[in-house]
Amino acid sequence: MQEQLQLIKKQAEEDLQKCLTMDQLNEVRIKYLGKKGELTQVLRGMAQLPAEERPLIGQLANEIRDSLENSLSLYSEKIKVKELEKKLRAESIDVTLPGIAPDLGRRHPLHLVLQEIKNIFIGMGFTIEEGPEIELDYYNFEALNIPKDHPARDMQDSFYITPEVLLRTHTSPVQARTMEKTKPHVPVKIIVPGKVYRRDDDATHSPMFHQVEGLVIDKNIRFSDLKGTLLNFARQMFGPEQQIRLRPSFFPFTEPSAEVDISCVMCKGAGCRVCKQTGWLEILGSGMVHPRVLEMGGYDPEEVTGFAFGMGVERITMLKYGIDDMRHLFENDVRFLHQF
Amino acid sequence: MRVSWKWLNELVDINLKPEELAEVMTMSGVAVEGIEYLNKGVRGVIVGLIQEIYPHPQADKLSVCKVSVGDAVLTIVTGASNVKAGQKVPVAVPGAVLPEKKIERAVFRGLESEGMLCSADELGMDADKLPPEQRDGILILAEECPVGADIVPLLGLDDIVLELELTPNRADCLSMINVAREVAALTGGRLKLPEIEKSGASQACEALIKINIQDQDLCKRYVGRVIEHVQIKESPLWLKQRLLAAGVRPINNIVDITNYVMMEMGQPLHAFDYDCLADKTIIVRRAADGEEITTLDGKKRELTPEMLVIADAHKPVGIAGVMGGLESEVTAQTKTILLESAYFHGPSIRRTSNALALRSEASLRFEKGVDLEQVSLAADRACQLMAQLGAGVPVEGQVDCYPHPEERYPIRLRLERVNSILGTDLGETEVEKILKALNITILERDLEDWHVFTPSYRRDLELEIDLIEEIARLNGYDKIPTTLPYGATTQGAKNAEQRLHDRISEIMVGQGLFEVITYSFINPRHLDWLYLPPGHELRQTVVVSNPLSEEQGIMRTTILPGLLETVKRNINKRNKNLKLFELGKVYLSSGFPGERKLPQEKWVLGAISTGKKEKTWAYGEENYDFFFLKGVAENIFSSLGLGDVSFVKSENNPSLHPGRCARIIVGGKKVGFIGEVHPLVLEKYGIEQRAAVFSLYLDELIGLVSEAVRYQPVPRFPAVTRDLAIVVPEAVEAGQVLGVIKDTGKTLLKNISLFDVYRGQQIREGYKSLAFSLTWQAEDRTLTDEEVNKLHREIEAALARELGADLRR
Repeated sequence: MQEQLQLIKKQAEEDLQKCLTMDQLNEVRIKYLGKKGELTQVLRGMAQLPAEERPLIGQLANEIRDSLENSLSLYSEKIKVKELEKKLRAESIDVTLPGIAPDLGRRHPLHLVLQEIKNIFIGMGFTIEEGPEIELDYYNFEALNIPKDHPARDMQDSFYITPEVLLRTHTSPVQARTMEKTKPHVPVKIIVPGKVYRRDDDATHSPMFHQVEGLVIDKNIRFSDLKGTLLNFARQMFGPEQQIRLRPSFFPFTEPSAEVDISCVMCKGAGCRVCKQTGWLEILGSGMVHPRVLEMGGYDPEEVTGFAFGMGVERITMLKYGIDDMRHLFENDVRFLHQF
Repeated sequence: MRVSWKWLNELVDINLKPEELAEVMTMSGVAVEGIEYLNKGVRGVIVGLIQEIYPHPQADKLSVCKVSVGDAVLTIVTGASNVKAGQKVPVAVPGAVLPEKKIERAVFRGLESEGMLCSADELGMDADKLPPEQRDGILILAEECPVGADIVPLLGLDDIVLELELTPNRADCLSMINVAREVAALTGGRLKLPEIEKSGASQACEALIKINIQDQDLCKRYVGRVIEHVQIKESPLWLKQRLLAAGVRPINNIVDITNYVMMEMGQPLHAFDYDCLADKTIIVRRAADGEEITTLDGKKRELTPEMLVIADAHKPVGIAGVMGGLESEVTAQTKTILLESAYFHGPSIRRTSNALALRSEASLRFEKGVDLEQVSLAADRACQLMAQLGAGVPVEGQVDCYPHPEERYPIRLRLERVNSILGTDLGETEVEKILKALNITILERDLEDWHVFTPSYRRDLELEIDLIEEIARLNGYDKIPTTLPYGATTQGAKNAEQRLHDRISEIMVGQGLFEVITYSFINPRHLDWLYLPPGHELRQTVVVSNPLSEEQGIMRTTILPGLLETVKRNINKRNKNLKLFELGKVYLSSGFPGERKLPQEKWVLGAISTGKKEKTWAYGEENYDFFFLKGVAENIFSSLGLGDVSFVKSENNPSLHPGRCARIIVGGKKVGFIGEVHPLVLEKYGIEQRAAVFSLYLDELIGLVSEAVRYQPVPRFPAVTRDLAIVVPEAVEAGQVLGVIKDTGKTLLKNISLFDVYRGQQIREGYKSLAFSLTWQAEDRTLTDEEVNKLHREIEAALARELGADLRR
């Protein structure tokens, strides 16, 4: 009996070693531990054994069964691991096949830059005002201290609809409209983004383009505040190392007036083709709101002062992305749009 | 304004290099746009006298010259035909350098040439500004040029020109003297202005000429002087060089002197042939209707009563400030001239010169306003020069017609105001120093205030703020501190409309559409291309009265033309699969002009899609068709929380496919349309593939969108999903079926998805099968099978009753 048990154990272990799959392992389990399994048979035959042998044989049989079950579970683990490995190997993919990306669109570069400009000024406490693009001559010119026959009207050759109505030549009429609406309350702190129109069409001019106007009116607004505000803007827009430079200029609706240059974004001021070797790039016009404009807007220039500035979005966009021809911006070639 | 460096140095001491002065001027408001060195590289070219000239023995087209250059006589071969013995010419001797080449001895057809005779062009000069006879061939030099002398100073090539870009307020710098004053103010350099002999009123002059300003609103002052014994000849070299450097073509001594004074003092002058003036009378008046004059350029001009003329007793003899008349032109025969120096109304000159398309250095100065107080002095200056140069003998004195001398008022300037506007901390002495540099006179000083008088040539200085700008400018903008506004904090923000536009743009980009920006104006033919019938509301256009071309003829009333053109342009470049959107305005004239002061501007979202998403290795292709674009629109509405949306079939949009077009209704309001572009419209645009478009009026949406979101509890009980397939007649729209299902399913129905539309085998002709997947869910319990079965039976019954649907099993 004892020998028979030892033999079963030996055979079972040999069988187990040959197992490669779970199915084979199950067969081994049934062969030895199943209802009609060899070990089960032996245990059933225990009843016929003399009583004094029973404990001994019983103990041995149990030991062998335990060891067999142990081995079975051990082999089962091994085979599971192997089978998983095999499955994973079979499921292997070519990871260099291109991904299946959902389509992604793009915002127009002008609007990306406009959005950035808006965010910078919102951060400085400005709200956004808009106004009509087809505008009364009064708001576009007269309320801005540009009476009829003023030579400054030459600077902005305009598209007219009727003698009194035109396509606005700048976003500045919204200054006048906002003052009219807000007077006599201060502070006024707005930027005005929008489309403007001038009778020009070549590589550097488009008959339609975009501007952002800024206007601040409050008690005690100084020219130095304009400088600080624009420096802050330039540094956020073009980098913390940015310098700005103000040059005296002339606009009928501001005085003192200044053209504002930023250090060249290409060469960092060293001098290059883009800045014509000057190290500076002109990006906006600005100044203190002319007292006559404040008066026409319903404010007392002795009580409040203000500053205003205006920049061309196309120019800033072209500088920021290194675009060399303005016409790209309105041709909307998707290979161009895709780059932003 | 072209400023001669040599001339400027005669008027003011300058211790800077041209580049340094240019920087100083630019940084203080008179921008120097460019610096031109007139010598483009000429070296070793000297004056030669042609002693003898004879044909080249071996060549028809060449001549041989014996040219004296002082210490030698050179043999030079030339191809020019305009040279004669006795003329002085520029000679590039061997070793000389020209802008384009280096000169060496060379042999021409067997004869050695010891140098070259030069043309103006070869010397790098701007030939256009030379008298016509000097433009071609060898440059013939003036008699006075010494033989053997370096040509560079003689031709003024040693000069440098600063090109000023003047802002409209600084027209005073259209004068060399005023530029010198500006330089002196900026650098502290000593001024060296010419001394001018002033004349006064004289009977001698009054006896010769009567001046009558009839239209005093257009002419504030008119000064006449008479010059007798006039001798018309060439101007001396130095005068011609000045004019050439300034960009003015020398003509003869009289004209050149008037131009010289204009450049020097900024006052345009005009010389009439005195003997041509009827009754020796000058009348300054508006032209009569239909009056005509032949101007100096030989053209007959019809005048209008808006134009100011200078007339004699009978007829106009010049268009004031714009151009003189041919009849009274100064010619070689002229014996006596009347010299005019006047102040004309700028805007009137501007209108006249625009109307006649005649713009000149003179009209430019009148437009911007000359120095009213210097009108008489400029005439004297010209007479002084004429006398000096032997051009004529000025009659003593002048006639100065100045009916209402201008009254000028002092300006109050407050130190506190200066500093509070600029944010500076300037002291009294600093400000006074600047005022002095600018030639601004301090009349009196009380407490903190100055009362000052500005010089007459600075007509731009009228108000205190003008003076503050001058102080800032001369003190230097770089010395303005950098501060930020102080005071109440303000809240920066976008308003609801701006936020909506941002959200919509982001949703569009998120769905794979590219944003485009197209022109707001369109060619009016687009309305025809869109097949809009006469009287259509989109034909109520805002018309541009002065477009550059028909491309800017009208403002767009629809966003489609820009989108269609963009598609066409991209397809031309082989970008065939496109999904584009634009968020911009359209402009409707409704009621304008008339009851509305301005046209209506409406915000529109337009989208266009065409082509397909190409098949990939993993998935098949996907068309960018009507249903793609409809899905894009539906996503916008659902992202904005708009539930009550319907697409209602519409057949009357003339630009769209009549069978594939719908009105979009949100909250009961029509907000736009969607459809496939009509094939005839596509044909007009040259697009050979189908395209779908939609257009939404965003102003209609804004009232319907709520930004406030209320949380709904996430359902705790499981959902049951069950399919429903029905067969309906072809004419029944999916929308109707969905409507019935929704109405019947009520609140327990959480979602319906139409997953199959089928026609063909097993389905009767004229019918189609629609398969839906319905999701049911209750908030308070798990739905039982019985409940759902009952709901489905109700839906089936309703569909059968209302739409004649059969259940398909």
